[in-house]
Amino acid sequence: MSVKLNTRQVGDVSVMDVAGRITLGEGSSAMRDALREMVSKSQKKILLNLADVSYIDSSGIGELVSGFTTVANSGGQLKLLNLNKRVKDLLQITKLYTVFDVHEDEAAAIRSFAA
Amino acid sequence: MRENQPRATETLERSLDSTLESVDKAEEIVVGMAQRAGFDEDDLMKIGMAVRESMVNAVVHGNRYSDRKKVRFSVAHSPGELRVTIADEGEGFDFEHLPDPLAPENLMATSGRGIFLIRSFMDEFQMKHLDPGGTEVTLVKFVVSK
Repeated sequence: MSVKLNTRQVGDVSVMDVAGRITLGEGSSAMRDALREMVSKSQKKILLNLADVSYIDSSGIGELVSGFTTVANSGGQLKLLNLNKRVKDLLQITKLYTVFDVHEDEAAAIRSFAA
Repeated sequence: MRENQPRATETLERSLDSTLESVDKAEEIVVGMAQRAGFDEDDLMKIGMAVRESMVNAVVHGNRYSDRKKVRFSVAHSPGELRVTIADEGEGFDFEHLPDPLAPENLMATSGRGIFLIRSFMDEFQMKHLDPGGTEVTLVKFVVSK
């Protein structure tokens, strides 16, 4: 599989560690399905750890946006953690960097979720 | 577009199936050639991504994954530039009036950023309607002495 997903719970925050390639096909659809499952289980605080994302294309960016909207529409929050240069540059070029709440420290990210 | 194209030092042409595997293959080929041409890591990332986005457009939107349609792919390294051409056999589309993905009303769209990224990453990008059908794109990145 091009992307590996690992979900863990830190208090009431669901952290999804994403590793590999989030590209059109297997990668982006796996992340989409995982986020939808979390929303269906009423998980309201979701933190995507992208530290080990080696590649993301516009389809992957689209899934991040879709996930953000889906979680927000269900009354929750989706935040991003540990963006590497590639992902950060892409989000900045597409003017999405300021849309997402982006963190570089997991503990701080966890604390930032509204009670 | 530069009218007098320099003589190519390395060229490659392929007729590719309309699959996601072809997208990977094309990207790999171009990044390899770009590496040999001396592009740095940052440019390799940009070139690879621009090729990927162009191939996805050809495979997914142009040829709609049809096993009866091919993607015509060529890459050439000449002194000073890398030039990639990708053509599909689809129905064509109105690329003169694409929505702006940075416009506030489009910012949260889940698609529509591919061509914008290609333009951002390449030094030249041109699109052409093909007769009797299909779209051809040309991507150029100039080698800059650093």
